[in-house]
Amino acid sequence: MPTLAISVKDLSKKYGERMAVSHANFEVPLGTVCGFVGPNGSGKTTTMRMLLGLISPTGGSGTILGEPINHPERYLSRVGAMIEGPAFYPALSGAENLRVLATLGGFDTDQIQALLDRVGLGDRANSKYKTYSLGMKQRLGIAAALLPNPQLLMLDEPTNGLDPAGIQEIRELLKTLATEGTTVFISSHLLSEIEMISDSLVMLRKGKVIFAGKTQDLLMRQQPVIIAKCADPQDTLKLLSLGQGAGHDGSVIDGAVHILASAEWAATLNKLAFDAGITLSQLSPVLPSLEETFFEMTGDDE
Amino acid sequence: MIRVFFAEWRKLRRPTLFFGTMGSVMGVTALVTSLLFLLLDSARGNAREGRMITRATLEMPHGLTIGFSSSAGLLGLVALCVFAAQTAQEYTYGTLRNLLVRQPKRLTLLCGKFLAMKVFALITVIFSAIVSITLAFALSGKAKIVTTAWSTSDARSALAHTFLNVFISVIAYGTVGMILGLLFRSPITAISLGVAWLLIIENIIAATVKNSGKWMPGQLMTTIASGGDINSSYSHAFIVLIGYLAVGTIIVAIFFRRRDVSN
Repeated sequence: MPTLAISVKDLSKKYGERMAVSHANFEVPLGTVCGFVGPNGSGKTTTMRMLLGLISPTGGSGTILGEPINHPERYLSRVGAMIEGPAFYPALSGAENLRVLATLGGFDTDQIQALLDRVGLGDRANSKYKTYSLGMKQRLGIAAALLPNPQLLMLDEPTNGLDPAGIQEIRELLKTLATEGTTVFISSHLLSEIEMISDSLVMLRKGKVIFAGKTQDLLMRQQPVIIAKCADPQDTLKLLSLGQGAGHDGSVIDGAVHILASAEWAATLNKLAFDAGITLSQLSPVLPSLEETFFEMTGDDE
Repeated sequence: MIRVFFAEWRKLRRPTLFFGTMGSVMGVTALVTSLLFLLLDSARGNAREGRMITRATLEMPHGLTIGFSSSAGLLGLVALCVFAAQTAQEYTYGTLRNLLVRQPKRLTLLCGKFLAMKVFALITVIFSAIVSITLAFALSGKAKIVTTAWSTSDARSALAHTFLNVFISVIAYGTVGMILGLLFRSPITAISLGVAWLLIIENIIAATVKNSGKWMPGQLMTTIASGGDINSSYSHAFIVLIGYLAVGTIIVAIFFRRRDVSN
């Protein structure tokens, strides 16, 4: 039994002179939720397409569920995927579109109504796809990906076009699937979503993997910040010098003191301020978010 | 491959496409057959390119099927449009990636689709034959044609041969459509190029270059539908056409198997 859902070694794709994906190396353990992030054009979709056998790598190798990626017929019956948005036949209903794919894959067509109910499309099953909103199309794409009751689910921007309630529903759905043992490999621009649901992360920049590992490990690399605001604005610089005097770098941003220190040091800062006669109106340790880490690592202001 | 066939059939059987196509086919056949009988005594001819098919010819055993075989070119164009659209739309809708995730064996996918479209084409030919033969009997009285020979075993044999030839011709048109659909990956481009070539360019070449009809795919498909004609023999048309289609099919199959699916 393989322990890895995805494993790639030196996976590369070259278009002309441009390396869309360059020597990518990463692993996704079975039963985890892995976020796949990177700026637009960083090679996420190209990588997913290579993993699904839609495009041929120019170099490197990989395995999906223990099978080599140059034999997609050996593993795709256990993989659900939605790549680059939903794509269906406009003149067919949502249910009929799923029947086409279920028939093709040899899956049970009796499960289609239940799947549509699960993604919140049950009452529009027989409406033509062309009448669906963007969010409904996205839900149908996710339902199609769930057809094989997949061991591995690969979703490319699954929350595009969904309203906040829809995003939350999909988040809950993915969490449930992960609890049931499905490995989820998901790319999204909504980094806060990825941060909330993913155990591990693969980060791409200009076709290269710049991080692959546990999300927590990535966040730990970033220095936490304590944000403190003085009741009397004239004490701001005095508070900054107290922090710097204790050996922590800091700066003043928008009238608040930002000191690079762990959350535990907030109590010490509070005492130092009290002893110096400074009254604080705000004192909050802030853990680095994935978004901040992402911008810092990718050097991208998207 | 059987799963691909039934998946494709789900798309082909949708009412707008199925009944729309069958309606077109029956309309085209009815028009061609009606003109054949109603313009029987017209000095401007009653068949393709102003040719005259006489009452005596129509009274022969194979006279029953002349309207049907004369419809083959238009039936073929319908098949070309359906095959090209059903193939190329997978690229324009982006649905090819879904199909290939569910059936990664690309040639199996291609063969299954082709088989389903062939069955669809077979149904169009059956509808066309029924309409043409029914109309032939219905209009024979008005055209003062003696139909005794149409009920003989020779007539049944001629009907079987014509049916087979029209079906081969229609499948050939459809194959051209599928080849164009795979090459251009756009239904509009594939259909417009196919129709322009068959209806305009070939006719210009045939009118300007002597004996070129023997080598033009559209002319060859018409020759097969009519069981051989003045342009070339049936066997010549069959062999040359099969050669063209085999080369075209092999080329697009290689493309389809190797080309990255990036849309």
